[in-house]
Amino acid sequence: MVVISDIIVQGVQMLLVLLLAPLLTGYVRKIKARLVRRQGASVFQPYRDLLRLLRKEVVLADNASWLFRVTPYITFAAIWVAAALVPTFATGLLFNWTADLIAIVALLGSARFFLALAGMDVGTSFGGIGSSREVMIAALAEPAMLLIVFCLALVAGSTQLSTVSHFLASSYVGLRVSLGMALVALFMVAIAENARIPVDNPATHLELTMVHEAMILEYSGRHLAMIELGAFLKLLLYVSLIACVFLPWQIALYGSGALSYTIGAAAYIVKLALAGFLLALFETATAKMRVFRVPQFLGAALMLGLLGTLLLFVSRSF
Amino acid sequence: MHSLAFDISHTLAGGLVLISLMMLYQDRLYSLLNVFALHALVLSLSVAWQAFIQDAPHLYVTAVIALVFKAIVIPVALHRIVKQLGIHRDIESAVGIGPTMLAGMGLVALSLVLMLRVTSDADPLAREDLAFALSVVLLGLLVMVTRRNAVSQVVGFMSLENGLVLAATGAKGMPLVVEISVAFSILIAFIVIGIFLFRIRERFDSVDVSALDDFRGERR
Repeated sequence: MVVISDIIVQGVQMLLVLLLAPLLTGYVRKIKARLVRRQGASVFQPYRDLLRLLRKEVVLADNASWLFRVTPYITFAAIWVAAALVPTFATGLLFNWTADLIAIVALLGSARFFLALAGMDVGTSFGGIGSSREVMIAALAEPAMLLIVFCLALVAGSTQLSTVSHFLASSYVGLRVSLGMALVALFMVAIAENARIPVDNPATHLELTMVHEAMILEYSGRHLAMIELGAFLKLLLYVSLIACVFLPWQIALYGSGALSYTIGAAAYIVKLALAGFLLALFETATAKMRVFRVPQFLGAALMLGLLGTLLLFVSRSF
Repeated sequence: MHSLAFDISHTLAGGLVLISLMMLYQDRLYSLLNVFALHALVLSLSVAWQAFIQDAPHLYVTAVIALVFKAIVIPVALHRIVKQLGIHRDIESAVGIGPTMLAGMGLVALSLVLMLRVTSDADPLAREDLAFALSVVLLGLLVMVTRRNAVSQVVGFMSLENGLVLAATGAKGMPLVVEISVAFSILIAFIVIGIFLFRIRERFDSVDVSALDDFRGERR
């Protein structure tokens, strides 16, 4: 019986992230539009876009290989699995033994690897530009992310996300400067990885600035829908990663009743709304930076992660 | 012993190291001066917190000195100097930002490793303060080494001195006279440096210290 309830809770979690992801993106877009005093599309617009794309015919280039066709599914699957591993409303779910932070980083990395390959597959110049820029950003964001992981792992004594979240929710953790640095660094990495505004603008198709959009320019129909949904999921994943590590309040523990799961889910939605609002606020307040400034931005994240890790050795020195 | 007092002083001292690294990152003079003012502000907060937890009222005087002179008087004066010299748009560093940041991280790691080994039987609070203070001093030196503009070298020197004050407040029993005399000697040094800046400027039409190399015939 326990196994069945575990499967149900894990399934609910997987469906929840899948259903909430477009809503979060739509919500961020709506808030951004409202902040610049525009009406903005409905928060449900991403769902409509996805449905429209799913109904449309796929147009493939003549020289597109099998890689081009399978990449959307591989990318989407990898990101969905990674999103299913992050504890959103409850810790200790069925897949938790695999919910290792390094595994999540690796899943996201392989998703991006395939997307970059597909960007170059058709052989258009935009795809090449997009892939090379994306790989440049990834090559800098990944070490920063790994340093954040090390910092968290040193604090909590584990890279298991569930354990980390559990530990940080307890009262053992005081005021730690390392955790603050890790939070800021994780925020910067999340912005870079999700192609949000200071690094890349998701709403533009201007060839000088686009990174992510340039890679997926050749996709259409259900392939594009898969990639878009993957991008929505990735944003949700990073937000829930930040929420479960740094704001683990009211997250339900393993084996607690349905009531606490409900409270956890409600708290999770509140956290998402808050994070989405802050993201929109940040994005309207900053301007897009030049592509050549991105290494400096991510270098700062790397530095914060490294410094946080170093400072931990001092605070544990007694 | 994971008390809140320790955590707060840890946060403040760690913040000081972080701001030192931010100083390495700046490439505009005005923003460098603003970061320096922030550095001094965090220093005075840290000293005041040490005064509170060590129950040492004379440290409050040090905190006030740091706040008034280092966070207000010197940055404002440097702002005026920069404005008068007309060099506020100068972007100058001898080494690129990336290698500088890496060197800075290396110095922080070095000072932590060194201090934690050397002071293994000291009070944890003093130990941690000393480790951070050494890294602030080394980062100040690094700012002085990697900058070509004399004004930013002055800022590096001042931030180095901030590290000394942090070390002094972490170690218990530093007399007030010493602190005040150190603070005033820094102020005097600042005045002398200010005069020198104008002299260098008068002579070479720039505050880039590589002009001095030219003058001595040491140009590569």
